[in-house]
Amino acid sequence: MRPTDVGSPDYFHKVVDCQWACPAHTNVPEYIRLIAQGRYDDAYLVNRKSNVFPGILGRTCDRPCEPACRRTRIDGKPVAICRLKRVAADQKNDIRDRLPQAPAQKNGRKVALIGAGPASLTVANDLMPLGYDVTIFEAGPRPGGLMRINIPAFRLPEEVLDEEIGYIVDMGVNVKYNRPVASLKQLLDSEAFDAVFVGTGAPKGKELEIPGRHDSDNIFIGIDWLASIHFGHITTVGDRVLIIGVGNTAMDCCRSAKRLGATDVKVIARKTRKYFKASAWELEDAEEELVEIAENHSPVRFITENGTLIGMEFDRFLSSEVDGKLVQVPDGRVVIPCDTVILAIGQENAFPWIEREIGLEFDKWEMPVVDKTTFMSTRPGVFFGGDAAFGPANIIWAVEHGHQAAISIHQYCLGQPLTDRPLSGQSLTPTKMGLHEWAYSNNYNSAKRQKMVHVQMPLRFSKMTIEVEEGFTEEQTRAEVERCLNCDIQTAFTDNLCIECDACIDICPTDCLTMTQDAEEPELREHLTAPADNHEQSLFVSGTLKQTGRVMVKDENLCLHCGLCAERCPTFAWDMRKFELHLPYAGFPVPQATPQALAKQEAKS
Amino acid sequence: MSYIAKPKVHHPSLRKNALGLTRRDYEGAITTLCAGCGHDSVTAAIVQAFWDLDIEPYKVAKLSGIGCSSKTPAYFLREAHGFNSVHGRMPAIATGAGAANRDLILIGISGDGDSLSIGLGQLCHAIRRNVNLLYVLENNGVYGLTKGQFSASADHGSTSKKGEINGMNAIDSALLAISLGATFVARSFSGDKAQLVPLLKAGLAHKGLAFIDVISPCVTFNDHEGSTKGYAYTREHQIELVQADYVPEHSEITTDYEPGSVKNVLLHDGSTLRLRKVAEEYDPTDRDRAYALIRERQRLGEVATGLLYISPDAPDMIEQSEAIAEPVYNQPFENLCPGSAELEKLQLRFR
Ligand SMILES: Cc1cc2nc3c(=O)[nH]c(=O)nc-3n(C[C@H](O)[C@H](O)[C@H](O)COP(=O)(O)OP(=O)(O)OC[C@H]3O[C@@H](n4cnc5c(N)ncnc54)[C@H](O)[C@@H]3O)c2cc1C
Ligand SMILES: Cc1ncc(C[n+]2csc(CCOP(=O)(O)OP(=O)(O)O)c2C)c(N)n1
Ligand code: SF4
Ligand code: SF4
Ligand code: SF4
Ligand SMILES: [Mg+2]
Repeated sequence: MRPTDVGSPDYFHKVVDCQWACPAHTNVPEYIRLIAQGRYDDAYLVNRKSNVFPGILGRTCDRPCEPACRRTRIDGKPVAICRLKRVAADQKNDIRDRLPQAPAQKNGRKVALIGAGPASLTVANDLMPLGYDVTIFEAGPRPGGLMRINIPAFRLPEEVLDEEIGYIVDMGVNVKYNRPVASLKQLLDSEAFDAVFVGTGAPKGKELEIPGRHDSDNIFIGIDWLASIHFGHITTVGDRVLIIGVGNTAMDCCRSAKRLGATDVKVIARKTRKYFKASAWELEDAEEELVEIAENHSPVRFITENGTLIGMEFDRFLSSEVDGKLVQVPDGRVVIPCDTVILAIGQENAFPWIEREIGLEFDKWEMPVVDKTTFMSTRPGVFFGGDAAFGPANIIWAVEHGHQAAISIHQYCLGQPLTDRPLSGQSLTPTKMGLHEWAYSNNYNSAKRQKMVHVQMPLRFSKMTIEVEEGFTEEQTRAEVERCLNCDIQTAFTDNLCIECDACIDICPTDCLTMTQDAEEPELREHLTAPADNHEQSLFVSGTLKQTGRVMVKDENLCLHCGLCAERCPTFAWDMRKFELHLPYAGFPVPQATPQALAKQEAKS
Repeated sequence: MSYIAKPKVHHPSLRKNALGLTRRDYEGAITTLCAGCGHDSVTAAIVQAFWDLDIEPYKVAKLSGIGCSSKTPAYFLREAHGFNSVHGRMPAIATGAGAANRDLILIGISGDGDSLSIGLGQLCHAIRRNVNLLYVLENNGVYGLTKGQFSASADHGSTSKKGEINGMNAIDSALLAISLGATFVARSFSGDKAQLVPLLKAGLAHKGLAFIDVISPCVTFNDHEGSTKGYAYTREHQIELVQADYVPEHSEITTDYEPGSVKNVLLHDGSTLRLRKVAEEYDPTDRDRAYALIRERQRLGEVATGLLYISPDAPDMIEQSEAIAEPVYNQPFENLCPGSAELEKLQLRFR
């Protein structure tokens, strides 16, 4: 194989599984270490820099980082990355004086953001400090988008939303509430803005047009129903509630029904558990609240009697897995009695307010054509992000879209080509403190993942606004932070220092290291100290070693980042260095080393 | 010395041997030797060999003298018996242990200082008795533990770290062992586990004393230019005379070799040592020629490694002394101490 290029940030970034998986590339191990040191303010700010809403996300994030976490491959359970984020947010002091501020002198550019969801708010967050005059048009009375009106308060308290949205709006964003934009053309024609960002989400719940759909008032669209609960328009529900669909919305619907007083709540799924869209932890939380989840049912019709909903009929299936694929055969029909049905089978985009003749192309699914890197539509100066860009996703994606769109808007306003994306950078700093001391907690800690404590059962149903998760105790936090393997503390190798003594190979607890004859990757993977069969994980391959002409190979898969290889290495050929990924944000490009500087660095080592 | 212990977690592919133990179960405490010390690699090779052979750690006694090398029994087979003797006395302790319990699997770890200076006489007599012992001499050319004085294995003309030249001739432990009639003599290198592990396994299977001199560089005091026991020097000058593959009993020999290039030696426990002659004219069962060839290589400035000499059928200490078949330690008290009447009878025989 070619010697690994550790000069570009991608190699080491990929080793930090969580950070690589996070759409906004939050520096997870760094903030966990800061929490471990009790530096909650710093931990919060590290988070905020990339994900903007640590308190909100510490409660609600889809957490793609956790399934990626290396710890899962070591002891079966990922680090509770998301809930530690909440610890930083809850425990921090007043950090307002450390937040970005808008300059007194505006830069003379005006930007309109449509919708006040997380996508638009992120754009505002990034552009305000650069002196932009930012106006948000929001259809509703308050900011936050679905985070406020759809995510129930028992998962996300209002104060948290207000605080973190406040940090952005208080920079002086001009938010116009109750001002739905009814015509994009009009807005553009007014020429009041240098650029427009559309962050209007995917506001339409999918319909289920089967017989009986419109025969009762007790059949609701999930996201509208949740919004109605939020606005206080709905305060009761029947006793027996069916939720159709088993995604995230369904989970919030079934748990909300419980709180409105329903006694018998069933979630109905067409497929088997393996194919459920809801996250495992959401399913767990719902089942803890005695919500029943029924697999293998497909809706046929609603049954009403004198205008009253009394049940729903379903096709049933028997399911089996054949060659890893689900095979379902019919297994008769059944009627499940109920008095209320909530449809939670998905969301759609809808852009009735965007005229089709303004040079903004839509595709055959009626979705705007949006560039995946620049987030600009086919009409120059109009940008999209969040659920509005590519369909419903989640908050952290909306945030990342916002960051990227902000970069584009800034470059657009400066007249720079949008495709010249600013590059990211990396720094690697030594962590050696003494002969066997490192600037991080390198010892492997066998603590098990801490279980989140929930408010007792009858009590938690008494109000919609009782946050179910109590948050980690100090003790739990202390245990959980030590589970992090510090994947950002990288094993850096200098081949011409190695004397091939085997010390690192012998000490490595998880058999990551091998010195062997070089070969192509597939062959190499088979001839390592331990088979490298996780192909998603990289192999590091050194240059040729001096004494035998072999190469040093490291399979990144199960490295504990314990530093023992570096401790046992007599020549410092292995060293533990802290990797930091420097991400560009609008107006803050990452300084890149010039070729001359790079050559100089090379000559030194 | 590291402050943290080696974490217990391991790679999921780590296999279990016939006893249900992983290689990690054969480890000991974390090493306190200098980072990069050759002795640690020898330890790793020993761990591998015992694991490969499915040996129950409690059936093993680890014996050693004094020196960095002699510290290493603490770092492997944490569940085995152990005795860390005074300087140079490992062979005596091993002899006693073997006499008391012939079923014990003995591994003695020593250094060039421990074995070739203060303990030279001990080494010679253990070889003479052919104690059933795997004798590993971790040879670094210096007294590592006492900060790098030349040992008796330091080559004439080699220099210390500070540049002094060694004016005395070296004792070559392999030649010494062959001339004393050792029944298994090998030389290897800590940086070559592919060679060392099979030799260790063969040595464990061998009946009698299996002597393995392992060049094991002292990174701290003897890995510089001018040293003849460092990593680079050994790699440049090592020449493998005979490659030994250890084939356990019952396993089929599957690899094909060119006719005449392989010699199989049956060991007493039914396993086979398959010797692949790397150097053509070499016969590791011919003692005189083995001696001559090692000398010749030495004159050429080469370090001959591999299985240098073997005589698989010679009687070991237990056979030589016509001891009882049972281990002595579990004999009933009456057998071990038959009483004053029996003593009287015995004494009468010498009147
Ligand atoms: C029930 C439910 C639960 C969810 N739970 C989670 C979760 O736990 N974690 C997670 O990460 N994600 C969750 N999501 C998804 C997440 O809420 C969205 O992906 C995210 O809010 C999208 O952000 P956005 O900025 O693109 O748009 P939105 O949050 O949808 O905000 C759009 C805003 O635009 C306004 N608007 C719309 N049209 C106009 C117009 N024409 N003029 C002016 N304003 C307009 C709307 O009023 C709204 O305020 C959930 C979604 C639902 C439905
Ligand atoms: C009776 C006695 N004499 C001298 C010493 C001092 N001493 C300790 S270790 C050692 C030499 C060890 O050399 P070697 O066996 O080669 O071990 P290494 O440290 O090189 O592995 C000496 C002379 C001692 N401990 N006991
Ligand atoms: S840090 Fe080094 S010794 Fe520790 S697991 Fe990773 S490669 Fe192995
Ligand atoms: S411990 Fe250091 S010198 Fe020894 S083999 Fe490993 S990298 Fe090379
Ligand atoms: S002094 Fe030499 S022999 Fe002793 S531990 Fe250090 S490197 Fe090994
Ligand atoms: Mg020595």
